[in-house]
Amino acid sequence: MNLTEQISKELNQTSELPKFGSGDTITVSYKIIEGEKERIQDFKGVVIQRRGVGATETFTIRKISSSIGVERIFPLNSPLIANITVNKKGKVRRARIFYLRNLTGKSARIKERR
Amino acid sequence: MPGLIGKKIGMTSVFSEEGKNIPCTILEVGPCTVTQIKTEKADGYNAVQIGFEVQKDHRMTKALKGHFTKANSPMLKKLVEFSSFDEVKLGDTLTTELFEEGDFVEVVGTSKGKGFQGVVKRHGFKGVNDATHGQHNRQRHPGSIGAASYPARVFKGMRMGGQMGNARVKIENLRVVKVLADRNLILVNGAVPGANNSYITIEK
Repeated sequence: MNLTEQISKELNQTSELPKFGSGDTITVSYKIIEGEKERIQDFKGVVIQRRGVGATETFTIRKISSSIGVERIFPLNSPLIANITVNKKGKVRRARIFYLRNLTGKSARIKERR
Repeated sequence: MPGLIGKKIGMTSVFSEEGKNIPCTILEVGPCTVTQIKTEKADGYNAVQIGFEVQKDHRMTKALKGHFTKANSPMLKKLVEFSSFDEVKLGDTLTTELFEEGDFVEVVGTSKGKGFQGVVKRHGFKGVNDATHGQHNRQRHPGSIGAASYPARVFKGMRMGGQMGNARVKIENLRVVKVLADRNLILVNGAVPGANNSYITIEK
């Protein structure tokens, strides 16, 4: 490992997060700072990709909110992520499941991995 | 301004407490040794010469060996002069202590060489945006470089193709994000000129 990677790893040590990958349904508890106050907002959906390495790794979550598809990208090392819970392990064949964007209703289901 | 010599290690990013992702450059800074103190009386101007990075003895010329021995310093690879250090003695070791988190610094480096480049890359000229309408061999040409029989010459400083990069570049007002004193490392917000492992100087 070179020095750059080493330093970025040391400086971006976040609390332990559970393992998850694309196809999994997860809930991200995200801190929102409004002036002085701080509250936590949950965002629950399917992980459709993880990208990047090290300090800049991000993941994208997609959910259907009142029949409109919503995607949100989170930096994995963000200090604003309070917690991540894995609700369901999904069985998918590829790392980036963008085909989900074209599917709705019954066809957009993902089989659960057991 | 007082400063130190260092090396560019590479870039990374760090999250601030507010959750902002800050792009940073990692710099290895110091330890530097004071190798000569120039005075108005002896040299005509005031300055402090410092050196960085230890070199093997047998790779030094006799002249430089004498220079370092006089200053009671190890053999060093890179020497740079700085003005207005307060109170340093010959042979003193200077470390990252000079800088604190939140300081704004200037970093000088040698930019990456791009070779002989045309005006589009070198000066941001637009070139000709059409491949048709009578153009066939001038997509990236500069166009007119002046008028005709008056002034009958091209003005000095006209921007043309030529060597790009491999020049001294100073970047001002870079914020020090973190100082890792135990490993002589400094993180500054933003980019720094030059390739990784190239020498830089960092000034307060």
